[in-house]
Amino acid sequence: MKNNKIRKLFKNPVVKAIGTQKLIAFLALISLYVIFGMINPAFRTYSTLVNIFDASYYIGLMAIGVTFAITSDGIDLSIGTVLTCSALVSGCLVTKYNVPIAFGLIICILIGALFGLLNGLMISYMKLPPFIATLGSMMLSKGLGSIFTKAQSITWPQATAEQGWFRCIFKINQNDILIPTGFILLMIMAVLASVLLNKTRPGRYILALGSNSEAARLSGVNVAKWKTLAYVISGTMAGIAGLAYASIYSTILPGGGGGFELDAIAGVVIGGTSMSGGYGTISGTLIGVFIMSILKTGLPFIGLQTHYQQAATGIVLVFAVFMDVLNRRKKN
Amino acid sequence: MGEIILTMKGIDKSFPGVHALKKVNLEIRKGEVCALMGENGAGKSTLMKVLTGIYSKDAGEIVFEGRTVAFTNPKEAQDAGIAIVHQELNMMQQLTVAQNIFIGREFMKGKFIDDRKMNEESKKLFERLNIDIDPAEIMSSLTIGKQQMCEIARAISKDVKLIVFDEPTAALTETEIEELFKIIRDLRKKELGIIYISHRMDEIKVITDRVTVMRDGEYAGTLITKSCTKDDIINRMVGRTIYETPKEKSNIPDHAPVVLKVENLNAGKMVQNVSFALRKGEILGFSGLMGAGRTETARALFGADKKISGDIYINGQKAIINSPQDAIKAGIGYLSEDRKRFGLVLDKTIVENTSMSSLEKFTKGLFIDRKKEEKTAKEYIDQLKTKTPTAHTQVASLSGGNQQKVVIAKWLAKDCDILIFDEPTRGIDVGAKNEIYHLMNELAKQGKSIIMISSEMTEILRMSDRIIVMCEGRKTGEFLIEEASQEIIMHAATLRN
Repeated sequence: MKNNKIRKLFKNPVVKAIGTQKLIAFLALISLYVIFGMINPAFRTYSTLVNIFDASYYIGLMAIGVTFAITSDGIDLSIGTVLTCSALVSGCLVTKYNVPIAFGLIICILIGALFGLLNGLMISYMKLPPFIATLGSMMLSKGLGSIFTKAQSITWPQATAEQGWFRCIFKINQNDILIPTGFILLMIMAVLASVLLNKTRPGRYILALGSNSEAARLSGVNVAKWKTLAYVISGTMAGIAGLAYASIYSTILPGGGGGFELDAIAGVVIGGTSMSGGYGTISGTLIGVFIMSILKTGLPFIGLQTHYQQAATGIVLVFAVFMDVLNRRKKN
Repeated sequence: MGEIILTMKGIDKSFPGVHALKKVNLEIRKGEVCALMGENGAGKSTLMKVLTGIYSKDAGEIVFEGRTVAFTNPKEAQDAGIAIVHQELNMMQQLTVAQNIFIGREFMKGKFIDDRKMNEESKKLFERLNIDIDPAEIMSSLTIGKQQMCEIARAISKDVKLIVFDEPTAALTETEIEELFKIIRDLRKKELGIIYISHRMDEIKVITDRVTVMRDGEYAGTLITKSCTKDDIINRMVGRTIYETPKEKSNIPDHAPVVLKVENLNAGKMVQNVSFALRKGEILGFSGLMGAGRTETARALFGADKKISGDIYINGQKAIINSPQDAIKAGIGYLSEDRKRFGLVLDKTIVENTSMSSLEKFTKGLFIDRKKEEKTAKEYIDQLKTKTPTAHTQVASLSGGNQQKVVIAKWLAKDCDILIFDEPTRGIDVGAKNEIYHLMNELAKQGKSIIMISSEMTEILRMSDRIIVMCEGRKTGEFLIEEASQEIIMHAATLRN
């Protein structure tokens, strides 16, 4: 009886259009927020909401980028350490070499884009498997960041400092006014990415080659070029994520950032993007990312330490994908 | 000649839409090599799959060593003493020769594998077959010919009584073939029953004692090799009644301009010095047996595979084609024999597949003009009579014939003037087949030029204005439709160097 209702729900055209897994993820997101809020009313405050947002920027930006790499039937493992490398090198230039902050921001994004280009070239033209190529650049970026800063940690200028205005990009916190500007930026980037993926030729080609790259090639699609672009987008977003990280968490440790990429990839997968390429949505990715930041921010409110977040995310990840597998099996 | 080891009598097998085997008979004796011949799709492999239990038969009887048998899986057939040496080798490349031979039935010393014993046993086996291979060698370091001998050794090691060779010489060199024949003669002396499947007429004459011919899923007689000629065999292979009338004469005027000229195209072993020309409005058929190099020629021409040398002229102008992009720019479209892998992005919609090659036409500024894209796709759905619920249906859910129409629409949307149809009706049912034929004729009438690769003789004779025949990577014949016949084409298709 109840089972039938659920089955009917799966067949509902609206549900179909959104995608089962994404819908489940969205419901999970809402229920998590409600449950945490019920257990501890303090969770429902505005400042907690801003905290949830704060925790989502760098993962969210990375996840939006890596959605492109995954959709092209690849993977980008380098984004976590590229984030750190960009933030370290550009932060070092700003604080130690007196480079103006505006240039620092641009350099940070450029470093990400360059690593993305490197990944794209290795994968598309040198024909390395994406896993290997990006594993290599993961280690490379990790090492380069430390070398450049001579293994020193970098602290970006504080909000009150002359060069601290850049923090307003992600959060305005003055005279008791708290505005999560980063959330607006994240949304803008998500809309842009979604438009790029769904409404333009590069997006169409990335989806097509991710689904069947040989058929795309024989249709005259320049597979190498568009695949490279997917990694450039992934790297660029990691660079922007570097800015978000620097703005929210002042100090960047050399050698850090490893593991961020897995959080971002988990977000993408929870959101229903196919690991075998050809299908992906940015909105799903955002839902996945917010589930993780709600867990991260919310678990302490119900008396569990932050490290429970890792375990909880793992369970959500496996559960979300399993529901999708079940649904697919029923279809066949 | 020895006593009968295998009798297959009245074997019948149907698949949805295809009557693959119609009351087929086959008789194999101990100590003889019996060839099994027939065109592509005559039912040779299906018959062998029924024998070894991969398919179940609908009717008929199989008697093996005096016992009625009905194997339900290949393992049972193996245990009874029937082995197949496949055209594609089934070897684990990173294991040693001996490990491959005894895979699944390793010699054990307590809980551990006894590699030394396996090497010794392999060595004995090779000595019995007069083969010089080191059992401890890694499989991948052997030539294809040697690997095949290992496959034979593996079959023999299981106390085999009947051995089937499925096109064993396809990948072998002349000397390797000689060695293989020596082994086969040896096996014959040991009173094994041997079935030898091959397209190579001269090998059949050298190595076999009798020839059983199949045609369109039917038994077409058995001949004694010594007392028959190559033409006798060919006549049995093609002696079918053609229900569909072949094209009687070409509709292409002599002055029709040449739109594509290929000169001395070379690409690997399968494409050697191929030259031909294609006229405007013409349907040029490419005939030949499996592995003749027709698809490889098309792929090299289309830039899908690397070519070694050769010139291509489009409308008299030399064209540089190094990638599918170049070919498409020159106005060539390729419809692959394997639509699902190479022709379509299955989980995308008809609209998206239709515009795949011509997306630049449907862009407005940065964005894809979805309305225009959909309108074009719908126009082709109407024009080609594609049966689909909507234009936004995933192509994966369409039938073979309708999928083919989507591929055609893709190239028409790109305004390609030269279309290469590789097996245009493979996997398409009879009704839809006629529609595709009609479409191709229609396109030719509109001035498109078509290269049609086909393994079906009736299709070749019904559609082509001119026919090119290939055998083992070389062009071995070119006939106007007026002078072509099944016999002439099959003769050219079996012309080896």
